[in-house]
Amino acid sequence: MRRASPHVILALLLAVCFTLATTIQPRTRAWSERAKSGNVLKMLLGDGRRMFANHFFEQADISFHSGYYPSIFDQRAPAGKSAMASGKDEHDEHDEAAHEKAMAFLGQPRDWIEAFGRHFRITEHTHLAHGQEREILPWLRLSAELDPQRIDTYTVAAYWLREKLGKVKEAEEFLREGQRNNPNSYEILFELGRLYRESLKDNVRARHVWEFALRKWNEQESASAKPDPFQREQIAVSLARVEEEAGRLERAIELLELGKKTSPNPAGLQKQIDEIRLKSAPPSTAPNAPAY
Amino acid sequence: MNNVLAISGIVIKELYRRKDFYVLFVLTALITLVLGSVSFFNDAKIVRYLKEICLLLIWVASLVIAISTAARQIPVERENRTIFPLLAKPVTRGQFILGKFLGCWLACGVALVVFYLFFGVVSESRGRSDPAATGLTSSAAPAGPAASAKADDHEGAAGGSEHHDDHAGTEPFSVLLNYVQALALHWLMLGVVTAIVLLGSVVFSAPSSNVTISFIGILGILLLGEHLNKVALRQQQPAQAILYTTYFLLPHLEWFDIRDRVIYDQPPIAFVDCSLAALYAIAYTGLLLFLTWFVFRRKTLTL
Repeated sequence: MRRASPHVILALLLAVCFTLATTIQPRTRAWSERAKSGNVLKMLLGDGRRMFANHFFEQADISFHSGYYPSIFDQRAPAGKSAMASGKDEHDEHDEAAHEKAMAFLGQPRDWIEAFGRHFRITEHTHLAHGQEREILPWLRLSAELDPQRIDTYTVAAYWLREKLGKVKEAEEFLREGQRNNPNSYEILFELGRLYRESLKDNVRARHVWEFALRKWNEQESASAKPDPFQREQIAVSLARVEEEAGRLERAIELLELGKKTSPNPAGLQKQIDEIRLKSAPPSTAPNAPAY
Repeated sequence: MNNVLAISGIVIKELYRRKDFYVLFVLTALITLVLGSVSFFNDAKIVRYLKEICLLLIWVASLVIAISTAARQIPVERENRTIFPLLAKPVTRGQFILGKFLGCWLACGVALVVFYLFFGVVSESRGRSDPAATGLTSSAAPAGPAASAKADDHEGAAGGSEHHDDHAGTEPFSVLLNYVQALALHWLMLGVVTAIVLLGSVVFSAPSSNVTISFIGILGILLLGEHLNKVALRQQQPAQAILYTTYFLLPHLEWFDIRDRVIYDQPPIAFVDCSLAALYAIAYTGLLLFLTWFVFRRKTLTL
């Protein structure tokens, strides 16, 4: 029997491989969602990537504190949200004192090795400022890539982008991306409303977005066992201010009453309600708005 | 001394003949440049993530070079039987150990200089933080970002008395000094690592086991060394005493890792502290080399 040339065998094997590839490839696409993803991280890590998202969010906070950050071995007081994440929320001196307490984790050195080692560490609690906040953005972007359902990543990044770096367009795009990934998130809608009102001075769009956010909150949280009243108060009070400016005073009062129910400062809101009532002494002719 | 230098010269030549360094350098450069080309929110001034990743890669690469180079020195000489003519020169076993150590350490130093030059070029090419804009709100100032924003509103963009005057950290000289300190401390740390691995190469029979055990041990010291005392204090006796003794005995390699200071533009470390750290590293290196010689002096050279 004549021996086949290696070239012929090679060509045959190539043809077999090509045929198999064209036959099997369409079927394999249905085996896994990974291959369909346009995201490299999703393709490489699958759903396991979500585990790392929190790490990168924390890395952003480390960057915000210029490397001064407690390790898992350090004891720190429970502080709730980090300074980076709470930057977007209104907070008072009490919050700042709590944050200071939480970050005073070093204490006195226990021995000479620890005391000497501190010369090589960052031992001062500082926050980035004056545009340096941009340094936290790559970590937040990465966190969002790894876990698109992590709402905080979008709202925190958007806050720093528009508030401190003047990148309103980028902030809006990022929030829109977050909204696409989390269509029911009232937190993202609230932040989007803030962007329209505070950065773009577009009260009409802000009002629409906040109305939508309030509706989303009602849909999700009213039936929930542990609703988030803080977020509803924020949405209601912000919306009330827009309504008041637009002259819809009855609606503004209605929203402030809603916010008052769960506000930590109901007296302050009552004062605002009284002021609006005084203004609206001659009855307001504002158009009817949906009731909540 | 001539014998020691001659042996070390051969080790250095070996490093640049082998491909390890080139591969690691190209890999580091490639990953850094690819990440550097990524645009985050159209902001070209973001640089710290790049510094962080580049320095991490440099640390990993340098550890790989130091451990793999040091681990094969003595076993390869024994395996190829080149150790016999070498020790018959006459070269004492102490000179042999010292020469091998010096060669590995100098080779690591050459590699580090190249890595840090690349790091310096990359981080400076992205632009340094504007000294006037590097104001860091200190713990004395209102803590939250919103509070610091309020302070800005009241006191102007230049920052008021509440802001730290940490600008010295971004002066060109300070930046250069930071890089030099980081390089020097890193190199001193690699001296201790090389000595540990050389000791491992006379204790363990196979280079592969030495590499694995050394790598795990050194990573363990770097990651957990500084926290061992905190862990010890939470234990019952005698675990507490054992852990605390280990904490005092271990070489604290984490001191020499000042990446955070470079990344976050901190002011350079005081000269006295750097010198004391250098003394500490030299003392541990000396001790480990003595131990290596002590084990090696009566060891049979045939496999």
